[in-house]
Amino acid sequence: MTTTTLIVPPRGRSRYAAHPRARRDTRSAWLFIAPFGVFYLAFLLGPTIYMFVMSFFNTSTVRTGLGSFAGFANYAEMLTRSDFWSSLWHTLQFTIYTTPPLVIIAFVFAVLTNRMRHAQWFYRLAFFLPFILPSATISLIWVFIFTPSTGLWALAQEALGMTPGSGVLSSPNTAMIGIAIATLWWTLGFNYVLYLAGLQEIPRDLYEAAAVDGATPWQQIWSITVPMLSRTTTLVLLLQIIASLKIFDQVYLMTGGGPGISTQVSLQLITGTAFTDNRVGAASAASVLLFIVIIVIAVVRQIADRAAARKEF
Amino acid sequence: MDQRTGTLSRRGFLTAAMGAAAIPLLAGCSSPVSAGLFGAQLSPETLVYWNLFGGGDGTRMEAMEAGYRKIYGANSLQATTFAWGNPYYTKVTLATVGNRPPDVAVAHLTRAKPLWDGGLLEQITEADLASVGLSSADFNQRPWQAQATDGKNIAVPLDTHPLVMFFNSDVCKKAGLLDSAGHLVPLDDMDTFEAALAAISKVTGGAAMTIANVGGETATPWRVFWTFYNQHKDATPFLSDNGARLTVDEDIFLEVNDRLQKWVKQGWVNKALDYATAESYLFTGKAGLYLEGEWEITTAQSVKGFEFGMVPLPTLYDTPASQADSHTFILPRKNRSDEQRLQAMKFIKAMLDQSMIWAKGGHVPAYLPVADSAEYKALQPQSQYASAAEHAVYDDAAWYGGSGSTFEGIVGAQLGLIQQLASTPKQAMAAIKTQLRVYLNTPSPL
Repeated sequence: MTTTTLIVPPRGRSRYAAHPRARRDTRSAWLFIAPFGVFYLAFLLGPTIYMFVMSFFNTSTVRTGLGSFAGFANYAEMLTRSDFWSSLWHTLQFTIYTTPPLVIIAFVFAVLTNRMRHAQWFYRLAFFLPFILPSATISLIWVFIFTPSTGLWALAQEALGMTPGSGVLSSPNTAMIGIAIATLWWTLGFNYVLYLAGLQEIPRDLYEAAAVDGATPWQQIWSITVPMLSRTTTLVLLLQIIASLKIFDQVYLMTGGGPGISTQVSLQLITGTAFTDNRVGAASAASVLLFIVIIVIAVVRQIADRAAARKEF
Repeated sequence: MDQRTGTLSRRGFLTAAMGAAAIPLLAGCSSPVSAGLFGAQLSPETLVYWNLFGGGDGTRMEAMEAGYRKIYGANSLQATTFAWGNPYYTKVTLATVGNRPPDVAVAHLTRAKPLWDGGLLEQITEADLASVGLSSADFNQRPWQAQATDGKNIAVPLDTHPLVMFFNSDVCKKAGLLDSAGHLVPLDDMDTFEAALAAISKVTGGAAMTIANVGGETATPWRVFWTFYNQHKDATPFLSDNGARLTVDEDIFLEVNDRLQKWVKQGWVNKALDYATAESYLFTGKAGLYLEGEWEITTAQSVKGFEFGMVPLPTLYDTPASQADSHTFILPRKNRSDEQRLQAMKFIKAMLDQSMIWAKGGHVPAYLPVADSAEYKALQPQSQYASAAEHAVYDDAAWYGGSGSTFEGIVGAQLGLIQQLASTPKQAMAAIKTQLRVYLNTPSPL
């Protein structure tokens, strides 16, 4: 009768806050978060707000203050510059080249590793190891590999009976593919580890039950592994798209944006405008535009994801 | 609820550890960490010097740095070499804006001007020069007057490095272009020069003269164009008003480029060669002439059994001219004591005194006591082309201009396309106008 009201869980924060111990815990929690909070404000939120403000001014690297008011002139300039659009396209091109393989191959390798009975540690190490290398190192390694006529790539081509061309990175048609391959080798390990962790969360009983019901390994992967990993996939996909849209170091180190400006990406254009041309204001406008593009892509992906999830239930 | 157990709690331990970690940061005033955090000078007797010299120039600069250390002690100098071009100037700019510039830095003369406009340089006064026994009269007046900006001295020139013409002695001899002393005969007018190209082409069975123009090479096509353009007596500046106006004389632009394209079509000049290959054509006798900066002397001399000479570019139009730039020393803006100022000037003087080492690398010394010395005059083939420095034409002052700049990149790429016959001079001019539009319309941020 009245006992039911007793098992209603306490609602709202008020009850916790009333408790003296809880209040002290909250305070110390804030205290522990504070160092991060300060850094977050000082080095992320602060500069971001400053960037928005600067994008409306003719701010210069070498002058103090914001400089003269520009209104939307910086935005107008960027939107009418062909090299801005081409750099945006190269950024998207890189994202398209890298995201699907980085998600699919990481998944496949994780599933295969998870099925290994022995020496799993070796595969985990082997696939993750490149990820701990700095981008300067991987760029050097891959520039060596792609060296025309004497590089490893050219040797492999020769062994296969092909004539090595002028080099992957020296042709406008293949330079971006070369950078994507290097990135794939480099960053695969991160997604792979996320998938491996997700795989280990799936209860073994499910597979056993499926096996008892006569499901083939393929059916098990398709009907148990893939759906059970959908949350991991969502995370991996989002992280990967955002990481790829922020591409800078490999391009800068491997091709310098060349040949010509055929691999120049947005962040490179922004860096050049800000620090070579000393026009921080104009560069901020370009940054804001890239920021908007990234947000739009993230939101569209989120909406698509929600729609897909709704269909399932 | 705090239960005192008498042992150290984890939180207490962490607090203590963080406190302990802070002590050395605050205590050691002369440690590298505090120098970084509080801007203290690492060791005041060490002069910090930045440069951008790689290859043969880098080796020679290191020898000169060793010369300075010999006089002032092993710890007197901390020299750092950075990657050439825009990245270098970006570093100098940001370090100066951030109040951590080097004491002395190297800059191309054409890049020192934008740095000055940005308020990043200190003026070098006559008193500074006099403090180490120098005066304006000690320098070749061409670079000296070129560095003076707003009536002030902003840089001390070390050299002038003009575009020159290398020749393969063997090939030119067969083409009948060498005199009895082994010198190239004068080729100073268009008909003579074209006849020489034809004669060399007969000897090589291919190209007569090579110019690097592909593989990201934009500087060489620009240097060649700017040289011949300025040989016209009516030549106007390419850019005026610090890069706000495009004032190039389009008739001369078309004339010079039509001529270059004609040479390519005749087979006298290569259609597409990168920097290293264009050079190797000269070394291997596949070409008789090669146009490049004089610094390539180091490479040429390292080729065994290769006989060559170097001369100023022939005057094909009205007046002698050679595209050039100068390496200079600059004093980035910073708070200096009189003592530090003197130390910087002493370093510059020590470098100038060693100009002979530098001259062996091909550069024409700007410091007259060395340039006028018997030793330099005896240097072969350096003294053969030293006069090119007298006709040096620098790039126009522009906030986005100078050696290895955005301007050279944009214009040089189009000039390269002309030589590759991928573009007509008219199309190239149109492309240059489009691509420079943003820069022409943007007020200087400096």
